Amino acid sequence: MSNRRDFMGMALGGFAALGGLGALYAAKRSWDPLPSVKSAGFTTIDLASAKENELVVEKWRGKPIFILKQPASTPKSDREIVINGARYLVQIALCTHLGCIPAFDGKNPEKQRFKCACHGGEYDSAGRQTFGPPPRPMDIPPFKIKGTSLVLGEEGPEYKKMLADGLTTKV
Amino acid sequence: MAHFDENAKPFSAKWLEERLAVSEVMRVLALEYWIPKNINFLWAMGMILAATFGILVVSGIFLLMYYQPDVKTAFDSVNYIIMTEVGYGWLWRHIHGVAASVVFLIIYIHMFTGIYYSSYKRGREMIWLSGMLLFVLFSAEAFSGYMLPWGQMSYWAGMVITNLFGGFTQDFAGGIANFPGFVEWLRGDYVPAQAFLTRFFMLHVFLMPLVIIGAIVFHFASLRIPHVNNQDGDNVDFEESAMLYKNGMKKESQVIPFQPVFLSKDVFVMGVYFILFFYLVFFHFEFAMDPVNFDPADGLKTPAHIYPEWYFLWSYEILRPFPFNFGLVAFGFAQVAFFLLPFLDKSPVVAPASRRGLFNIWFWVMVADMIALTVLGKLPPNDTFTPMGKVAASIFILLFIALPFITKNEKKA
Repeated sequence: MSNRRDFMGMALGGFAALGGLGALYAAKRSWDPLPSVKSAGFTTIDLASAKENELVVEKWRGKPIFILKQPASTPKSDREIVINGARYLVQIALCTHLGCIPAFDGKNPEKQRFKCACHGGEYDSAGRQTFGPPPRPMDIPPFKIKGTSLVLGEEGPEYKKMLADGLTTKV
Repeated sequence: MAHFDENAKPFSAKWLEERLAVSEVMRVLALEYWIPKNINFLWAMGMILAATFGILVVSGIFLLMYYQPDVKTAFDSVNYIIMTEVGYGWLWRHIHGVAASVVFLIIYIHMFTGIYYSSYKRGREMIWLSGMLLFVLFSAEAFSGYMLPWGQMSYWAGMVITNLFGGFTQDFAGGIANFPGFVEWLRGDYVPAQAFLTRFFMLHVFLMPLVIIGAIVFHFASLRIPHVNNQDGDNVDFEESAMLYKNGMKKESQVIPFQPVFLSKDVFVMGVYFILFFYLVFFHFEFAMDPVNFDPADGLKTPAHIYPEWYFLWSYEILRPFPFNFGLVAFGFAQVAFFLLPFLDKSPVVAPASRRGLFNIWFWVMVADMIALTVLGKLPPNDTFTPMGKVAASIFILLFIALPFITKNEKKA
């Protein structure tokens, strides 16, 4: 510190920087999703009425959810949720490339596929990417099994196991 | 101390002169702001851009009075209230939409004029950089404005573009460059929703225009010292030429003053431009109005084809044909490539491309490649067009890598 003027300058600059940092933090927090948005993130879906090879679209956190009861002829996959012997493919219906909704093609139950029109990505009957730019299978939303219903947004043991096995990624 | 004449009439020329130095300001900014004589109509694009920006501001003000930034009412406030109820509301909307599209056409002409005549080097680097900054700002302004009618294209373009900010995939380098939380932070929700619409509304009508105006002032200021380039890249002695002009030797001088000589020519080119512009506004506005965006936003239904407006197609096509991570790198490169131009061009020659040998080929290949990318960007991804896109995108990247080598041994013309 060579003189008093330098000290004054540094003190002023230091406090101004501190205030600037505080303002930046406040600005960051103002852009965060609101608590009301966060708390609306749970949806209960009854699976009992689902029909085989017929796609049901639900909504969770504003995102479309594909629910597909698999017929016996569709190859089995560890990405399915099994309730009382019935196999369900439940996934967030947004292409993992850039988030468009893939279209379901179930004409042939042995070779179902999901095709994204935006950039040409394709997925197989288990939601795994088979063509184009998608970097990973379609995400499985966090779920908890309650009887024949699913609570989306809650993490049940079956979901945690899928996560641990690397079958889906956390959303 | 300044002298104030007590007898000067308030607001008379003398009174204003004493207080604001009006004539001195006019002299510095316009009457003795020197422009080379040796230029053509392409040098009028800057003023055309300024005028078009003015038109966007004015039409935007009228739209702003009836637009409602609410996910439930936004669509109807545009398509019902503004289009059918507000007197001449359709006019403001069509002017705004057409101008937003045409402004990019002029930006590209302005930009390629600069590249063709080597106007980005020998002291003009800051003009180029601030111009490129304006291009990015205009892109952000165009994108945020596209969200506001809250139609299907607004929603899904918002979804796709904000997803780009999620970074690389989770399996890349242990996921260190993967930020899914950042995308949600940007949107203020898990998907584009109310928080998203309101913040992009704020960006579009306030923050971005404010920053753009600042950048325009900076862009103009950056012109003062290196001056405007000319058709032959001549290193004009502006001081000497200005002296000749002021001494009445207008014929011998290589320069003209901005006001009134250069501006009169600018105004003529602007006149031609505005005839075309208003022809589009009144008779062909539909090219700027995507029919898909006349369906209200629906988070459960993606349109069959999503494509950006024509002016983003070339960079979109550099992203699309590649696997995710590489596509993101290529896309990022495409966004900054033009910023690097003054530093990648190793030749000291300032001349039109036609006199620069290999650079001339480079320039026209680049123009052709960007047109090819633009066309391919609109076509659906399939086994024919995706490989073609890959080739065109690779050519674009290779062109910029090759530029230093192409220009290194360029002989002085």
